[in-house]
Amino acid sequence: MIISNTQEVPGKTIVEFFGLVSGSTVRAKHIGKDIMASLKNVVGGELTGYTELLSEARGEAIRRMSHQAEDVGANAIVNVRFATSSVAQGAAELFAYGTAVTVE
Amino acid sequence: MELLVLLVTPVMLLGAWISGGMLERRHLKSLLLLESGSSGVLAITIEDLPPDWHVESCELVMGNVVISQDYFKRVAASIKSIFGGNIGVLEPLLERARREALIRMKGVAHARGYDTIINVRIETATLASSRGNGKGTAGVEILAFGTAISLSNGRGAKV
Repeated sequence: MIISNTQEVPGKTIVEFFGLVSGSTVRAKHIGKDIMASLKNVVGGELTGYTELLSEARGEAIRRMSHQAEDVGANAIVNVRFATSSVAQGAAELFAYGTAVTVE
Repeated sequence: MELLVLLVTPVMLLGAWISGGMLERRHLKSLLLLESGSSGVLAITIEDLPPDWHVESCELVMGNVVISQDYFKRVAASIKSIFGGNIGVLEPLLERARREALIRMKGVAHARGYDTIINVRIETATLASSRGNGKGTAGVEILAFGTAISLSNGRGAKV
């Protein structure tokens, strides 16, 4: 599966469109990491726990999107976009979407 | 209880001011070092390539970072925002986070054997306060992403 955030896959031509595919996930860290993050919040700096959380979640959203594209028979997803929203305290929704296409 | 709050708050402010400033300086120093190391990867925001670039393969690459402001600067920013204008204390935070995210994205591209990233986008998201009391935010996430490409004939002399 070729995933790209450009309108076309560089170096290839799109031969068929399958429409929108998307994947989303809501994730939270366990309470220990939340407590660590709130302590870190006093002195500032990177909240490593949350960085991991969001990159894992984004990976999962992309996997779900790829599965959906595979199911419709596409071999690439173009123009991929991300959206992040914090739905509850310590939890975040990661949403990835794009257009499933066949490229040659 | 009142007395405790009166004592704890200045201590927290002072502690946050000292350690927050120290962490910020350390981060800026490491950013300079990392930026000089990742200069081999070209990141551009356009997606239309020059016609003489022959792309062999491409892949989506990302770099993210969640960063938070120290307590002292959050208080300073909330005082400053009463009067409006430039909130100078918050600017370095976002600048640092963006630079860090770009470095991470370039690092991923480099590790996978790409030397160019096209159509780079940078997104910012605020995460909800982990304590849920609405006091400040737990952090700001910066995500940098783009399409890493490898060229069969190199980038040429144009760049």
